[in-house]
Amino acid sequence: MTLALFEDRGTPLDQQRFTWRELAGKPISKLDDDAFTRVRVILMNGLENEALRFSHAAARFNGELRLPLAEVRRVEQHQATMVNWLLGADHSPLETTIGYEQVAIEVTAALAQQEPDPYLAQVYRFGLLEDFDHMYRYSALLDRLEGKDSNNILQSYTDVLPGRPTVVEHRAPEHDLRRPFDRTTAEPLTKLNALTLTAAEHQTHDYYMNIGPLFADPIARQLYAEIASIEEQHVTQYESLLDPSQSLLENWLLHEAMEVYSYYSCTQQEPNPRIKAIWERMLDYELGHLHTAAELFKKHERRDPQEIVGASLPEPIPFQSQREFVRETLANEVDLRPSGADFVGMEQEPQASIDYRNYMNSQGSPSETVAAGYHWRPGTELSRKVVNL
Amino acid sequence: MQESIDPTRLGANRTGMQMSPMHGKEMLEGMDTTAPEADGQALAEARLDAIREAGVLGTVPAPATLKGVAKSGAAMLSGDRLQVFVDKLSERLAFERGGTRLYDGVLAKFEAHPGELDEVALEDVRDIRDEEASHALMIQECIFALGCDPTAQTPSADLVGVETMGLIQAVSDPRTTLAQTLHAALAAELADHAGWETLILLAESIGQDDMAARFREALQRENEHVQKVRSWHNALTLETSELM
Repeated sequence: MTLALFEDRGTPLDQQRFTWRELAGKPISKLDDDAFTRVRVILMNGLENEALRFSHAAARFNGELRLPLAEVRRVEQHQATMVNWLLGADHSPLETTIGYEQVAIEVTAALAQQEPDPYLAQVYRFGLLEDFDHMYRYSALLDRLEGKDSNNILQSYTDVLPGRPTVVEHRAPEHDLRRPFDRTTAEPLTKLNALTLTAAEHQTHDYYMNIGPLFADPIARQLYAEIASIEEQHVTQYESLLDPSQSLLENWLLHEAMEVYSYYSCTQQEPNPRIKAIWERMLDYELGHLHTAAELFKKHERRDPQEIVGASLPEPIPFQSQREFVRETLANEVDLRPSGADFVGMEQEPQASIDYRNYMNSQGSPSETVAAGYHWRPGTELSRKVVNL
Repeated sequence: MQESIDPTRLGANRTGMQMSPMHGKEMLEGMDTTAPEADGQALAEARLDAIREAGVLGTVPAPATLKGVAKSGAAMLSGDRLQVFVDKLSERLAFERGGTRLYDGVLAKFEAHPGELDEVALEDVRDIRDEEASHALMIQECIFALGCDPTAQTPSADLVGVETMGLIQAVSDPRTTLAQTLHAALAAELADHAGWETLILLAESIGQDDMAARFREALQRENEHVQKVRSWHNALTLETSELM
């Protein structure tokens, strides 16, 4: 049974309050909490940041909505803080990076399988194999810079293997754009999936842009520069799936529905009771936001919000290892390359993309350098003997 | 409240592969075991290139008052010996200031866990904290006496800030126990001890005998710090192992 979106009105906006102490509450345990608890924390921070980003952009285009946008945005800001501050300070920036890529792999793989539109599912599988390779490159960096095993973060849920090589992921901007869904015919789940992945990739991009300069190691600095560039391509790709003819209020409604859907998915699967209570509180807050946006939608557009987001939520996003699906996708689709909005074999890749990346890579490829000959081993590549399980 | 003397309690640590027998087995099955082991040569070469091309962290500022330099006799120093000395003095100043703040964090853990170590130890920690602060002041005076600027951050001062970032994180994390906090403090004290030894050698080598004498006194105090912190850390750790 899933959540009926318009039956529960959630927490009224004027009762959505925080204290500083709540915002910077107790973090999760890097060692004891399940890796998917961290996956949820990172994903939901991404969605909250997308809410802020969208809300600010919307305010620039609509004077009348500025006040309600500001009121909801204040709460989103504090939700983002409360969620993001759940990451403990014993995560090094590189360990958190491993967590970000685990989100990119496991959530993209989950959404690719539940996506009703075959074209969008294809786009997700395409992006998945690129993030999968990032995991391998960052794992090599974590091992070779800090002497740490990325599997301490991954908890064996996610493979550490090469994907579509990062060195060939760089392409000309015209080959990053995909065909958008049609707002009049697309299912609500299609709209929610596209928005969720846009949000997740955008925060990953922003995170790499912020922490890249924190590294002293020259190859680490280069690797973050390189992968941040791919994340920017991914944002361009996923964002281009959104129908540009959706109205501002339609977009707002979808953003709130996306947050409701994801928090609901978190509440259904969270084993840590303290964190589950946070997800439940956030779900109630988001239901309040959804109703605020729905009222404005009805008032300004004189349409039924259920036409946009449906009456009830789809089945929760499964937060679990998607290893088999990822391996299958890797085996079948690693050689695909984009040509405009379509995917073709590597031999048909447009020259513009090849020319672009040949120049970018002409003074060396950080992703190739850092992982040259790298093979993940339990307990890092320094431990040649496989542990006895 | 946490049980500070029991930092190693058994629980659901999920980081190891033995905690995920099914998923762990799948990870191993997916591993490419036929491939030769890597040597990381490409990475090493790229790092070497970067080192050859890199600049420096920064420079040691020139003395502002030549009068001070002349008065101190430092003007007689040849080559770059004065700037090396000032750089290392600034390093110690930064370290002692940071050390004072590190002990503020240690004190908080002491106060949060009364009874784990006796009242005498608590007083000792307060004394150590104050001695770190007084050492910082003493170094400040020395830099000033050389006609140099004690408010400047020299490259070595900058670098100890980088080096000790992890120690500050370890001590200031409310989740770390008193024993874990003292482990970080012990690492700081051992590095501090070595720092004073270098400074004494430098002062002697350039004829700053008065300063060398003051530094030897400081080293004596730092020796006591190392011994005390080590004994508290060991006592709490041994107590923990007996509890287990």
